[in-house]
Amino acid sequence: MLKITCPFCGPRNESEFVHGGPEKPRRPEDPAALSDTDWIDHLTVPDNPMGPVREKWWHLRGCGQWVTITRDTVSHDILDEDGHDRR
Amino acid sequence: MQRYSVFSLARNALTHHRDWQPAWRSPPLKDAYDVVIVGAGGHGLAAAYYLAKNHGITDVAVLEKGWLGGGNVARNTVTIRSNYMRDESIPFYVKTVALFDGLTKDLNYNLMYSKRSMIDVVQTYPKLREIKRRMLHMDLYGSTYEPITVSELRQRIPALTGGGTDSRLPIIAGMVHTDAAVCRHDAVAWGYARGADAYGVEMHQNTAVKSLLRGSDGRIAGVETNRGTVKARKVALAVSGHTTSLTETLGLRLPLKTFNLTAFVSEPVKPLIDVVVNCPDIGVYLSQSDRGELVIGGAPDPGQSFRRDIKQNVFEDAVAAMLELFPAFKRLKLMRQWGGSLEIAHDATPIVSRTAVPGLYITAGWWGGFKAIPAGGFTLAHLVAKDEAHPLTEPFSLERFRHLDFVLESGTTTAR
Amino acid sequence: MTGGKFRNAAGGRVDRGRPLRFRFNGRAYQGFEGDTLASALLAHGARLTARSFKYHRPRGIVGAGVEEPSCFVELMGAEAAGNQPITTVRLREGLDARSVNCWPSPGFDLLSVNQFVARMLPAGFYYKTFMWPDWHLFEPHIRRAAGLAAAPQSDPRKGRYETRHSHCDVLVVGAGPAGLAAALAAGRSGARVLLADDGPEPGGSLLGRSSTLDGVPALDWVARATAELDSMANVTRLSDAVVWAYREANLLLITERAPAAAHVVQRTWRVRAGRVVIATGAIERSLVFADNDRPGVMLASAAQTYVNRYAVRPGHSAVLFTNNSSAYAAAADLRAGGVEIAAVVDSRETVPEEAKALLPGVEVLEGHVIERARGARSVAGADVRPRAGGLPRTIACDLICMSGGWSPTVHLFSQSRGRLRFDETIAAFVPGEAAQPAVCAGAAAGSFDLSGALADGAEKGLRAAQDLGFEARPLDLPAADSGPGYAIEALWHVPQDSPSAKAFLDIQHDVTVSDIQLAIREGFGAVEHAKRYTTAGMGIDQGKTGNINVIGTIAAQQGLPLQAVGTTTFRSPYVPVDFGALAGAREETVVLPYRHTPVTEWNKRQGAVMYEAGARWRRPGYYPLPDEGFQESVNREALAVRRGVAVYDGSPLGKFEIKGRDAPKLLDLLYTNLFASLKAGNGRYGLMLSDDGLILDDGVTFKLGEHHYLMSTSTAHAEEVYRHMEHLLRVERPDWQVRITPVTSQWANATVCGPRAREVMEALGTDIDLAPEAFPFMALRDGRVADFAARVCRVSFTGELSFEINVKSRHLAALWQRIMAVGEPFGLIPIGSEANHVLRVEKGFLSLGHEVDGTADPYDLGMGWIMSKKKDDYIGKRAVAIRRSREAARRELVGLLTEDPGRLVTEGAPLTPGGRREASEGFVSASVWSVVQNRSVALGLLADGRQRMGERVHVRLKDEVVPAKVVAPCFHDPDGKLLRS
Repeated sequence: MLKITCPFCGPRNESEFVHGGPEKPRRPEDPAALSDTDWIDHLTVPDNPMGPVREKWWHLRGCGQWVTITRDTVSHDILDEDGHDRR
Repeated sequence: MQRYSVFSLARNALTHHRDWQPAWRSPPLKDAYDVVIVGAGGHGLAAAYYLAKNHGITDVAVLEKGWLGGGNVARNTVTIRSNYMRDESIPFYVKTVALFDGLTKDLNYNLMYSKRSMIDVVQTYPKLREIKRRMLHMDLYGSTYEPITVSELRQRIPALTGGGTDSRLPIIAGMVHTDAAVCRHDAVAWGYARGADAYGVEMHQNTAVKSLLRGSDGRIAGVETNRGTVKARKVALAVSGHTTSLTETLGLRLPLKTFNLTAFVSEPVKPLIDVVVNCPDIGVYLSQSDRGELVIGGAPDPGQSFRRDIKQNVFEDAVAAMLELFPAFKRLKLMRQWGGSLEIAHDATPIVSRTAVPGLYITAGWWGGFKAIPAGGFTLAHLVAKDEAHPLTEPFSLERFRHLDFVLESGTTTAR
Repeated sequence: MTGGKFRNAAGGRVDRGRPLRFRFNGRAYQGFEGDTLASALLAHGARLTARSFKYHRPRGIVGAGVEEPSCFVELMGAEAAGNQPITTVRLREGLDARSVNCWPSPGFDLLSVNQFVARMLPAGFYYKTFMWPDWHLFEPHIRRAAGLAAAPQSDPRKGRYETRHSHCDVLVVGAGPAGLAAALAAGRSGARVLLADDGPEPGGSLLGRSSTLDGVPALDWVARATAELDSMANVTRLSDAVVWAYREANLLLITERAPAAAHVVQRTWRVRAGRVVIATGAIERSLVFADNDRPGVMLASAAQTYVNRYAVRPGHSAVLFTNNSSAYAAAADLRAGGVEIAAVVDSRETVPEEAKALLPGVEVLEGHVIERARGARSVAGADVRPRAGGLPRTIACDLICMSGGWSPTVHLFSQSRGRLRFDETIAAFVPGEAAQPAVCAGAAAGSFDLSGALADGAEKGLRAAQDLGFEARPLDLPAADSGPGYAIEALWHVPQDSPSAKAFLDIQHDVTVSDIQLAIREGFGAVEHAKRYTTAGMGIDQGKTGNINVIGTIAAQQGLPLQAVGTTTFRSPYVPVDFGALAGAREETVVLPYRHTPVTEWNKRQGAVMYEAGARWRRPGYYPLPDEGFQESVNREALAVRRGVAVYDGSPLGKFEIKGRDAPKLLDLLYTNLFASLKAGNGRYGLMLSDDGLILDDGVTFKLGEHHYLMSTSTAHAEEVYRHMEHLLRVERPDWQVRITPVTSQWANATVCGPRAREVMEALGTDIDLAPEAFPFMALRDGRVADFAARVCRVSFTGELSFEINVKSRHLAALWQRIMAVGEPFGLIPIGSEANHVLRVEKGFLSLGHEVDGTADPYDLGMGWIMSKKKDDYIGKRAVAIRRSREAARRELVGLLTEDPGRLVTEGAPLTPGGRREASEGFVSASVWSVVQNRSVALGLLADGRQRMGERVHVRLKDEVVPAKVVAPCFHDPDGKLLRS
């Protein structure tokens, strides 16, 4: 169980959060400007690194904030929580 | 190949088992092969075996970064079944069960394959409706799924004492899948390896593929390993969890995510449950191994992971769910737990496919791919040999993503 | 005579004033408070206490704690439990235990015939045989022979399991010398310390030894240290509490086996620790020689523990077999306790004088090994020969004490993903680089002598506290006697000449040296291969005493250093833990808590059949009258809506208030259709897609005022929609000014529906003008209904005139009673979800999970109109366009009428060409008895369905084909006059 620091609530158990997937580039204002291939990639191809991944968690059973962290997918160490280096 | 039988066992007993030959050779690594298969897990070894057996392609090397059979074939819950919902999936899994049925004799290796049925314990009406839909679709392909009453269900599984009429989720029905089976998972890897070896396929352990190599013609050219460059006309990736890590060395991005799935076993106890019990409404399933351990699986961890470890919160959910239906297991003990790296595709359906790089093939996104090993290897071998999808895996092609034409076997939404 | 004839008259930590009666394998015995079952039985000279797993060889007690690899018992009666190491079962009055895995008793075990065919059963034999005719012929027999104890049959009869969260600065695992020193050092600094020890009393290894500190018994220091720790408010000490898992982010799991609270069977602590000091000691290893499994072959430290801690002599006359000096102290203690030491067999060519000095007058055979243990059901002697080879001679004895050296207990450190390295000087894997803030101390770090362990513990406790900013000072430590040192020379197994010799590496799973050699010969040389092929180390003890010998044997066979062979993974749990203790306080319905509407109790009193409605809500399925079947009830309820009036509880529907300047922008991005044009007081049905073009949800959203909306969602997907919206706002469009408040539980509603609904509303009394032109379909009005402040919406999920009366949740029960009373003259009845299902199918309204099964898009469902052409973009627009750009047949929503009007088909049934058993061309998504058509009607998705109106299609059931006609997917009021009335 990870310990995720919510910017409002402080360090909390992972079980308070809902996983929101790896971070994607922001949804473009106008998807029509992208080619079909680029749009399909945007929709279906996630980052899947062995190592640090930027990912989102939703503090549903807490304050409701969305939190973005950098987590190592091999060690599960949280390397960065909203810009604050923890190590 | 040295034949195995009770007679060879008796003969070797006389010499105190000092004359058994290695199950597979350890030849030197050549610098080129017709086909390189990356990953000596279940799918890779099965593909190698069928490439040789069905297609006569024997200049094959299976490269494994660790030990042979050390992939998810070494860490799963050994359930084999074909109770799927969609026309795209059912025939594939019917094929895998058919191959498993004859595999012990085909490989001359006792897989301890035990066709002991799976029973679904149904606790909600939406699930019951979905299961009936499966039942009638499976019937089209000869896969069996039969409803049973709650009292029959309790008779078949006496340990199932929870889920009574006053409980949170009363059991409302049961469904028996007689085609389901379990077997000794490691033996599947070892049996295929020994079989492939007998055809001349080479297996190289401790040979880590670092990157894929592309020729100037755009085709795959081989792989770069910790033991040097290995050239190949065709390369197939069977590296559950690590497919994207390898394809990205060629800039090829895929709709796959890697997760960790936990399983655990209890202390060994005398025979207690002789079927696979699946409880889809609370998300837990279990069976009892021949050694007497209960083998229990639950839900995957949230968040991508390559760690093969246990998330305490996910694990506790699975245990709590199990105890709802099996309250007497409170006093049973957890003995061992582990995790496996699984891949899931964007539409939660496997990928057996050519790629944008000619000569590079992948088998990926199996989620729990153990049951799929024989048919997965069989169809991958076909794909590699003929550069053309086997009809059973046509729906599993990467092409489907070009039109966002998902198969969505496992549910109503895509994996996020 | 109470304590047994092998019990010394004095000494030990048993209370001779408190005799306890117990039974073992049906025989009555007596022991003392403070005994374990093992010590109490040894006191009576019990030897053969178990049978082995595969060969059913006679076995006895080998260890004195959790490391026990050999003897497991099943506890009977109220506290029944299986597979307990006999060495960890605390004796209590009335204890009734029996050996596992032998029948009828270990002395006369019917399966012991396996011994005689053992030659046929090398490692992996089952992969090579039992193939003909079929594994099924053999499996049941193999299964019966496997397993150990029977599974428990019932819940614990008294008390419950409990789980709690805890935080501490420093968690110290183990209250032996290093752990106590660490806890003292950290505790005195003011840090919050949690000290967990696996045994019933603190002291660790000191409990089994006769060590002194400052010239007095070491246990005096233990008592003082414990008293000081107990006096500190910042220190919590748990005993009989095993730390069994070390997870990510310094989360550790501790289970107290016997918490003080009487109603608690076991208690699990989920601890987040700042720093962890792992002072778990070391485990002695067995030595591997022929017949090293005979009852009477015991770990030297275990024999020492029996004589010191329990005042029990584990034999009359012992031969000590060792490869290191630590066992000399054990032998000296045994001698002091009355056990004769017949000889010391030491595999080292030269034994240090300090070691020999501990055993004056005892023959020490340097450079010798035990080749074989003599005796069948109990040790009768040891065949001893020079290590280099030579003829053996037999030394008579009834006890062989062995010491293969010590393995630091690095399980938790390894679980924390810390690296291990092989230390040649102590021939053991020791902790290397840590991955989390964890450190091993004392013997767990490879400091095997007492003064070293104390100093190391104190130092690491101090540093842990200092790391966290506490001011800690070094401890004054008591002085320990200098022992004989360790000076190990590894001996992984004694080489055997006889090919039939059975020298056990894993005595629980009957894995011998020749099994490992065979595995390597056959290609299973990787440590994981050897383990899996032979099952070495996979038993209940998880190879605590034997794994290192397996690794050593593999290394020796292949000529590799041990570091290269490596270890198998140390997986949690460290020792087996009750599943009950893992699920903790989450028993019964807490696993999936109910969500109640305010009328749940009323519904239950009416005898409603309750269904799971999604998102953990329960709703009535139907309200059967006495002697009424399912279909009659549903028909009666559905007819009430079509012909008269009825009411249902719609409270579980998801509800969200959406407020803010950019709310219209949000809605227009979320929904496929246009919301910006909506007027206050009105609502609009909308459809939401995911961005990859799948239907996410549908529902009605009302505009309450400028920048203020009320959205309703389906019950099951409320959380999903909430997440979707919050994600859009917080992550994708953080600059938009919108706030979303979930109000599902704040508003409860009763929906009055049917042609006479307006009359019931009037009878209830309301200040809202109910006239159709004043309050049209899809409008919302605030006012009072039956004296309650209410928000009434004219939505309809049934196709009839409907008023959804929303009130504060606390008012619903009262409103409901009023509706029932006022409605009675109109024939109003409550209806459940089954009737709702019939009504929506008659109307051809969509249902998520039925028609919306993942693959269907809005066009397929005949809802192309809802895909706005005016908006440049909305979630899912582009994806649906891409998907539809492919020219392929789509499955489209149709109505289906079976040719036999009385025939209801199974929902989900496939439609196949000609009814043949081949790939389907569609399926029946819903099938109900229509009360307006008075026949069965169905909805389905059919390939190119809209072009096939009037065609005959075939529903394929298991043994039957049901022909049906394709019709439009609406069976009632296609123009919607009634719902607008």
